[in-house]
Amino acid sequence: MRKLFLPLTLLAAAMFSYAPFMIDGAPYESTMLLVQKIFYFHAPAGFIMLTSGIVCGVASVLFLWKKRPGADRVALAAGELTVLFGAIVLATGPLWARKAWGVWWNADVRLTMSLVGWLIAVGYLIVRRFGGPGSEKLAAGLAVFGTANVPFIYVSVNIWRTMHPQTTVVPSLVEGMRGPFWFCVLAFYVLYALLMTARIHLERQRALVNDLYLAQEDA
Amino acid sequence: MLRQLFARCAPVVFLLLAAAPLLAQEPQNEFVPLSEVPRTEQIPAAPFVFVAYAIVWLAVLFYVWTLWRRQGRVERELQDLQHKMGSRS
Amino acid sequence: MFGRVVWLVLKKDLAIEARSWELVITTLFFALSAVVVFMFAFVREGQPLEGAASGILWIALAFAGTLALGRTFERERQGETLRGLLLAPASRAAVFTGKLVGIVLLLLAVELLLVPLVVVLFQENDLLGRWPLLLALLVTGAVGFATVGTLFAAMLVRARSRDVLLPILLYPITIPALVAGVNGTQALMATPPAEPLAIMWIAMLVCYDVVFLTLALWVFEPLMTE
Repeated sequence: MRKLFLPLTLLAAAMFSYAPFMIDGAPYESTMLLVQKIFYFHAPAGFIMLTSGIVCGVASVLFLWKKRPGADRVALAAGELTVLFGAIVLATGPLWARKAWGVWWNADVRLTMSLVGWLIAVGYLIVRRFGGPGSEKLAAGLAVFGTANVPFIYVSVNIWRTMHPQTTVVPSLVEGMRGPFWFCVLAFYVLYALLMTARIHLERQRALVNDLYLAQEDA
Repeated sequence: MLRQLFARCAPVVFLLLAAAPLLAQEPQNEFVPLSEVPRTEQIPAAPFVFVAYAIVWLAVLFYVWTLWRRQGRVERELQDLQHKMGSRS
Repeated sequence: MFGRVVWLVLKKDLAIEARSWELVITTLFFALSAVVVFMFAFVREGQPLEGAASGILWIALAFAGTLALGRTFERERQGETLRGLLLAPASRAAVFTGKLVGIVLLLLAVELLLVPLVVVLFQENDLLGRWPLLLALLVTGAVGFATVGTLFAAMLVRARSRDVLLPILLYPITIPALVAGVNGTQALMATPPAEPLAIMWIAMLVCYDVVFLTLALWVFEPLMTE
């Protein structure tokens, strides 16, 4: 896995360097003009947040039922990245919304779901950090519940929202915007792979250190 | 080890990342007069876009920095332990 | 066998509670004081804010429930009875269900206090007239909240910082149940009452309860094997 690190870094760096050129070349959106360009980083970050959440949930299930320690490492890495990319989504979204809609936040499905999902991911990290011994299993249980919760949050907030007036803007992608968008999505996925690789490597080395400590005590 | 790999990649990566957005921005080169400006247009967009992209870069770089620090700590511990095991056997 | 274990665990909890009624009394009074605080926050010039009543009912229930959960398992922890329960030759799922029923009964008692209180303080006079749907809403909501709560509280019994971790973990996961409860109660308080809407929220709560009860029973076993 370490062999992937250098090629992934170079690929990610190259893609992210090229991305601003592509974004600049994309046509302006007619009503939102410049501020819509936030979309090219905001939406891929949202994709990654969802992907990472699912990875964390699946890895937690494997950890609880098959008891594989490798699965726990993947779950932890995915949990951290869910919080990171979730924070990016939740920070860049209101910046776009303020200019495009005039308000920082509204009771939209996606916004509320993202916020609640992010809170669950933060809770996951808090349990692992402050839960004391045995907290890996507790956190895994939380991750499983959090992932199971996603459809319910979607339904409940969706129905709730329809009782209030709403201003949702979902741009359907024009030809010139599709290229930069999917390029950025790919760039983000490469970045995600890179960060996961590095984080899981770190966790594996920590496990090695723990094993060495234990071996030292036995010797 | 991994940290040295990091150290070798980092300057190149940083140069590429730092230069690109600067080259990509284009200043507005024409003024289109409007008689009735809607409320949203009265807030300039450029600061929002700049801050949004800056947040993405900074967040990712912050995370990479925390990885770097933790990796350094673990590698130091690993070396210490291997010395101790080596000197004992 | 399952039912018998559930009944035994429930009977144990009720017997312990019946000695001092500590948990019931303190939880009820906490719910009361929470509603009073909310009342001061959400009443302007003697008039309650539109739609505040249903939110306050369910938030007070959530807060009181969180405290009750924490203290139920604290009691188990101090008496070191949890290990005894887990070592007993009984299905873990049955033990979990026994504790769950106890918590649900406590939450229903809290609701029995809160509903008349909210009706009186917020002048929602029509609400009690629609009691069948209201009861369904309250029961399914309490079961949903209690299911997730009992699991998390049991999970956290030996964790550090468990008092603050429980709400941090519990509230995001129970948001759908609370949203359904608040909106369902709101629908019932409207004039005329939006009954199809309330029934839809009750249906969602039933789904939530089924899914999370199943999940909790599955997860309880691997989580509690230490």
